[in-house]
Amino acid sequence: MSEAAVELRGIHKRYGDVVAVETIDMAVQSGEFLTFLGPSGCGKTTTLRMIAGLESPSAGDILIKGRRVNDVPIHKRNLGIVFQNYALFPHRSVYDNVAFGLRYRKCSKDEIRTRVREALRLVQLEAMEERYPAALSGGQQQRVALARAIVINPDLLLLDEPLSALDANLREDMRLELKRIQRETAITTLFITHDQSEALAMSDRIAVMSNGRVEQLDTPQVVYNRPTSRFCANFLGNANVMGGRVVGGEPGAWRVDAGGREWLSASTDTWRQGESVAVIVRAEHFQLDVSSVDGEVGNALQARIETVDYLGMSARYIIRPEQGETLELIHGVHHQPLQAGTWVRVWMPADDVILLPPGDVTALAPNDAARLSPEDATRLPPEDAAVGKGAS
Amino acid sequence: MQATPQGGIKPWLLLSPALTALFFLLIIPTAFVAVYSLWLSSATGLATREWTLSNWTSMLADPFYWAILWQTLRIALEGTIGCALMGYPVAYFLARCRLRNKSFLVLLLLLPFWISYIIRTLSWINILGANGLINTLLEALGAIDAPLQMLYNEVAVVLGLIHYLLPFMILNIYVVLEGLDRNIEASAASLGAPPFRVFLEVTLPLSLPGLAAGGLLCFVLGAGTYVTPMILGGPQNAMFATLIYDTIIIQLNWPMGAAMSMLLLMLLGGIVMLYNRFLGLGQIYKSLAG
Ligand SMILES: Nc1ncnc2c1ncn2[C@@H]1O[C@H](COP(=O)(O)OP(=O)(O)O)[C@@H](O)[C@H]1O
Ligand SMILES: [Mg+2]
Repeated sequence: MSEAAVELRGIHKRYGDVVAVETIDMAVQSGEFLTFLGPSGCGKTTTLRMIAGLESPSAGDILIKGRRVNDVPIHKRNLGIVFQNYALFPHRSVYDNVAFGLRYRKCSKDEIRTRVREALRLVQLEAMEERYPAALSGGQQQRVALARAIVINPDLLLLDEPLSALDANLREDMRLELKRIQRETAITTLFITHDQSEALAMSDRIAVMSNGRVEQLDTPQVVYNRPTSRFCANFLGNANVMGGRVVGGEPGAWRVDAGGREWLSASTDTWRQGESVAVIVRAEHFQLDVSSVDGEVGNALQARIETVDYLGMSARYIIRPEQGETLELIHGVHHQPLQAGTWVRVWMPADDVILLPPGDVTALAPNDAARLSPEDATRLPPEDAAVGKGAS
Repeated sequence: MQATPQGGIKPWLLLSPALTALFFLLIIPTAFVAVYSLWLSSATGLATREWTLSNWTSMLADPFYWAILWQTLRIALEGTIGCALMGYPVAYFLARCRLRNKSFLVLLLLLPFWISYIIRTLSWINILGANGLINTLLEALGAIDAPLQMLYNEVAVVLGLIHYLLPFMILNIYVVLEGLDRNIEASAASLGAPPFRVFLEVTLPLSLPGLAAGGLLCFVLGAGTYVTPMILGGPQNAMFATLIYDTIIIQLNWPMGAAMSMLLLMLLGGIVMLYNRFLGLGQIYKSLAG
């Protein structure tokens, strides 16, 4: 097996009574683009700062290229770091910013010039050499910071929410740009974000973090489609998470009771009859057809649309089935979303009904919990809202 | 109208109490001094209302005044440099320490201001004087037979100035260091710069505005003081403000004293204006507010 670029062994960090990182064990492969994804305060920055050598772990070991670096100071770790606010040297020109690291690397003047130009070309800022950071736009500063970090050919590129200070359009461009640069340079990259679409779009693997732990570490597709915890299911995309009970069946075909109806699940895990489970169905995984579909499809149900949340490319519906609790459904939209009050027939492939141990309900992100509560769905159905208006 | 911050009389109305105070407490007295400097001094030293430039011409022609003026600027500069050298490490420590009661430490810095500047200056006599702390100690240890003469020389004056001005310097540097983005230093370190190089290449240059602002404040306050040289200096260590004091209070030559005051004011004012032209006074306002 090839040696991991970074390995974290039982990393733990506390500040006084505050536990910033509970415990993390993981390995990052060489050349990989790995993203730490999680809500604010879950310990992403602390983890990155420990890898950088800006904080020392309270317990555990950090290995870079197989070497334990706990006691290696930051300036000897050969890292490139890009901070959220870029942290350029305001008193140095773009050229000197980028050249900074090379001056500590026994490079000749000529070599420095060649490599700085090369790096600036990579980030498409050749014409800006003479400028000072204050005279650059946010996106340009971002590129300088990136050039400054990669020009030294670091063993590891650490990016702490580098895109979050940019405006939306620029952010999507930089996302592609960053991915291109990473592919061209093949530098092992650790990227931090709380934005799931960034994580899904850019990463080779995603480490979903919560409360100082890595909840799931896998490819974007697996993390999205096969969450291994309620937290992951809730944090990425929109999911209906229901408490349920196994009624019967066998691996590959379980019947579970949840949310007031029976679901068929293709879960390959083994469950006992009567066991409590969390049943997770993604809002996007519902199949929907307005015209009635004949025959039995897995998990089919007849439902009335209660609320419509038009999102442009798609719409988010809260639907109320004939029986059972309301569900959240997301569906693509051509021109017009479906109207509230419409009756629809929806079904959910058994493959996409995920069963997990019931877990801790409090692990739900608060906004998700609110989104999923039935009261929320019924609080403002269009008719009631209209009545309310009339009464006032 | 209200949308343009420059236009309208509203800002002037809002400023009027401050402007009134400035006018009566600063402009008017200064104008009096300016007028005095143009009056003839009588044999008794008091002014007679006769217009003349003689105070100015005799002052500007007298090499003695120039020598004292030069000495004043030199001593103020020495004090300022001393403050910078001693103040920077303290400010750096204050800005970087992770103590929980850091604001208490900053408050301690302001503590000396609660005691009269004159009393604080006098305290040096108890330390450096013939019967002062150091001499008593050295004699008790048998290191010396006769007390060392440590007072009434330039070193004592500069020491007194540093004692007086150090908090201004520390506060100015501290405010800048405190506001410095630590990620900039972290970036430099990550790129391979060892700690001292990070300090030289990043921290120090980025804290220069604080050093400059503190320097200006120390220099101007130092050059204008008469208490320190009067208490801690000898006759050879006179500074320009001491000379003004002597001229007005001892010799009662008000017109001459007024001319000297105006000269010092214009000189220091010129330095402040030069500073503002090239570095801007914004930094000083920031640290005084903070
Ligand atoms: N220097 C510090 N002192 C005390 N607590 C800290 C410090 N840095 C981070 N924390 C705490 O550790 C937790 C994780 O912080 P952080 O790693 O910055 O989260 P994230 O980057 O995921 O938003 C937070 O609860 C935060 O308040
Ligand atoms: Mg963070």
